Amino acid sequence: MGEFPLTEFSLTASLIRIWAVCLKEILHLVHDRLTFGMVVMIPLLQLILFGYTINTDVRHVPAAVADQLGNSFSRQLTLDIEATQVLDFVETADTPQQLENLIQSGKVSVGLYVPPDAEQRYYEENDRPIAQLLVDGSDTTLAGAVQQLGNFPFLPGGVISNRDLVQPISVRLLYNPEKRAAMFTVPGLLGVILTMTMIMFTSIAIVRERERGNIELLITTPIRNLELMVGKILPYIGIGLIQVTVIIALGIILFDVPMSGRLLDVYAACLIFICANLTLGLMISTVVKNQLAAMQMSFFILLPSILLSGFMFPFVAMPEAARRIAELLPLTHFLRVVRGVMIRGDNLASVSYELLFLTGFALLFLIISAVRFSKRLD
Amino acid sequence: MSDAIIVSGLTKQFGKFTAVDSVDMRIPKQTVYGFLGPNGSGKTTAIRMMCGLLQPTNGTIEVLGMKIPEQTNQVRRLVGYMTQKFSLYSDLSVLQNMYFMARIMGVPFRKRTERINHLLQRFNLASFAHRRAAALSGGQKRRLALATAVIHEPQLLLLDEPTSEVDPNTRREFWDELFLMCDSGATILVTTHLMDEAERCHHLAIIDEGRKVADGTPESLKASLHNCLFLVEGDNIQAIRKELKTSPEILASTQIGMSLRVIVGRNITDGHALLESLLAGLGVHISQVSPTIEDIFVMATKANGGISLD
Repeated sequence: MGEFPLTEFSLTASLIRIWAVCLKEILHLVHDRLTFGMVVMIPLLQLILFGYTINTDVRHVPAAVADQLGNSFSRQLTLDIEATQVLDFVETADTPQQLENLIQSGKVSVGLYVPPDAEQRYYEENDRPIAQLLVDGSDTTLAGAVQQLGNFPFLPGGVISNRDLVQPISVRLLYNPEKRAAMFTVPGLLGVILTMTMIMFTSIAIVRERERGNIELLITTPIRNLELMVGKILPYIGIGLIQVTVIIALGIILFDVPMSGRLLDVYAACLIFICANLTLGLMISTVVKNQLAAMQMSFFILLPSILLSGFMFPFVAMPEAARRIAELLPLTHFLRVVRGVMIRGDNLASVSYELLFLTGFALLFLIISAVRFSKRLD
Repeated sequence: MSDAIIVSGLTKQFGKFTAVDSVDMRIPKQTVYGFLGPNGSGKTTAIRMMCGLLQPTNGTIEVLGMKIPEQTNQVRRLVGYMTQKFSLYSDLSVLQNMYFMARIMGVPFRKRTERINHLLQRFNLASFAHRRAAALSGGQKRRLALATAVIHEPQLLLLDEPTSEVDPNTRREFWDELFLMCDSGATILVTTHLMDEAERCHHLAIIDEGRKVADGTPESLKASLHNCLFLVEGDNIQAIRKELKTSPEILASTQIGMSLRVIVGRNITDGHALLESLLAGLGVHISQVSPTIEDIFVMATKANGGISLD
């Protein structure tokens, strides 16, 4: 007896134990190729899926024009419409009938018909339309976008017409003048992907030890709860930062997402957000009985995160109750931070409340997990 | 302080089920103490309470002079525990598992590699050092579990059925190791349901349905059944058996090949004469034999008899 200092707390010993758990988790990850692949594949797939296919702005729709007027007036009208980038005139036709045939055959989705008396109609008192857009209505999103072109404020040669302007107010978009969804989606995806993977990784972290029977040995060792929790989280912080790098790089390469703020600020915000999700996952892991339940709980968190955080639908448009719930989710706060920093070029000081919330969230759940984890079997 | 473990009135209930029922025990230091009992008798529950894994419903536990569960954390570095089920990480290699446990148990950095190499040699694991634990055979897994349980040179080893799923030769080597460790100062508590293992212990406690039904050295336990064991040989075994069942003095009879192993009550002074008069006319040959641990076990765990060996 007496060769070991029994009661004295040794920081070195504590750090070594944290390191031991951390190292072990890394080995689990390296051995589990499927999980390791998920680290890169999830962000890659999601970014490509969301970025390319789930794209609600309509641009470069192939269109045909039947210009029966054929003077400078009609040419300016055509060019002005094309300048919106919504339509690309790839075909020409002579009659409205030919336009319809082109749409029918699927070569174009939209046809613009400029009648021979278009200019005359423009200066007339009666509000006869000057031209007609034929739209393939089978795609509602596309139809909706093209329908807006009908309100197009056309002022040929800057001549002020005696005709009432159909749409006197023009909309000017700040920060995303091209109205490109990817710019808005990519920072949001950063948050969604991190939420998804981080919670999933740690929610199975403890329950896996329980399922595989490792827990009985682990809890007879001198390891402390907090050491176990921190050791389990550390490797995944690294994983999270790798994902952040993949997403940002892809966002810049594939979608020209601008980096208006400092890159370091983005990483700092991500780091805090990653910790918040990891500790939330860890807490789930101390509650559930098996890995399946852990997965289900993760999705239980993920779904409201995607729907309520402002990733899918504008936060301000949601009812009061939904907003209250959303305020509790880390993703809601992270989205405000990352959109601010990445798109608007904010510095971290201007989003300090959100960062404080995320930090508090991470600490709270770390402590809850450490307290909840029992070094007993009953 | 000469006892490594002192347990008194230890009780554990799971709902209405009593897994361990007021057990008293003293385990002297530097002994190999066997815990013999059938499956489900409460051996694992008792050992888990001594590790602080389960909270006792009643009773007190003192391990190496410290109270459990209050001082569990202090005791943990002095105790090595080998679980019944393999509970190391099966996707980690032998070496990775050993380094993990060495770090967790606080083996100093300078000694770590030396200690692990030593254990690899001693437990015949050197050639599998880089093999994943999942790919090891049952015996190799057990050796790895024991090697990691002693990695921090514990004063007390708690081994829960360490030799289940292990072939007899490996079991022999395993036990040789236990005695070596005991000689160098460790106290070892080992649970088993195998008679030959029980026979090797310095001291033995037999546990049945949560109760301790007998304890002592194997010799003293066997001595308690001295003059009670007889071997009855005859042509019509079934008829002999039927006859024996009618007598309340005959406590048990077990068929072994073409003979019956019979235990008579301890109050009978001349068992030989009793059997001869009982089985007269059946043409039997009766001889007295010395009791084995199995006989003790059968006697002690006989649910209906409730025969006390003390």
